Amino acid sequence: MKENDRVSIQAQDFNVAEEIAALRAGDHRVGAVCSFIGTVRDRNQNSADPTGPVQSMELEHYPGMTEKAIEAMIDEAHRRFDIFGARVIHRIGVLQPADQIVLVAVTSAHRGESFKACEFLMDYLKTQAPFWKKEQTAVGAQWVDARVSDDEALAKWGIPASNAVV
Amino acid sequence: MKVHIKYFASIREALACGGETLDTSASTVAALRDALIARGGAYAESLARGRAVRVALNQTLSDEAAALEEGAEVAFFPPVTGG
Repeated sequence: MKENDRVSIQAQDFNVAEEIAALRAGDHRVGAVCSFIGTVRDRNQNSADPTGPVQSMELEHYPGMTEKAIEAMIDEAHRRFDIFGARVIHRIGVLQPADQIVLVAVTSAHRGESFKACEFLMDYLKTQAPFWKKEQTAVGAQWVDARVSDDEALAKWGIPASNAVV
Repeated sequence: MKVHIKYFASIREALACGGETLDTSASTVAALRDALIARGGAYAESLARGRAVRVALNQTLSDEAAALEEGAEVAFFPPVTGG
C-alpha cells in the first residue's frame, strides 16, 4: 500500500469525486485517473426471472480478512502496473437497486496502466475478496451464485482462479 | 489443539452458527473439514465433499492441504460474490 492508497469496507455511500481528489492529492505526476463503480441492479440472477425483481441486496463480509485481502490485491497491482495509487471502497449491509456497491480508482502517468490496473483489481476482488451477496425478492431471499466467467476473467491475468467451480 | 472456526453466508445460515472454538486432533484444514462433516446433519450437508466450499486460514485464502497450528483461525465459506 502506498501513501494515498486506501481500502475501506463501509456501510455508508461513497463520493467518487472526493475519493479521486484524495487519491490524486495534488500529485502533478498524475496524467490519468481511471475509476470503476459497481451498482446494484434490479434484475435477479435467475434468467427465467420467476422470483421477480430484486428489492434489496444484503452484502456480508469477513471482517479482518476483507481489508487485508484487498490491500494485498493493490500491492499486486503496484507490482504489475506502473501506477501511482489505488483506492477500493466496498459497501456492506443492505443496499437498494441503483445504489453504489464498489469503487475502484487508480492513478498513473498515462491511461494504459490505470485502465489495466482498474480492470485487474475488479477481476481480482470479484473472485477472491470475501463478500457474499443475498438478493431479496418478493418471494424470498436467495444467495447469489459465483460465476465461472469471473474466474475466467482473473485467469486472463495469469492468476488461476477456482472460486466458482466445485 | 484449539482452533477458531468461522462460517459465512449460506453455510453460516445452514448451520445456524457463525463460528466456534474447537479442540481438534485434525492436523490439516482437510482433516478439520472431515471432522466437521462427521458430525452429520447440517454439517455433513453444507461442508460435503463435492460442494463448493472455500477456506481461509488465518484470514488468508488457503487450500485444504494447509497444516493447522494451535490457535489457528479457519473459515469455511461459499464461493465469493463481491464487487
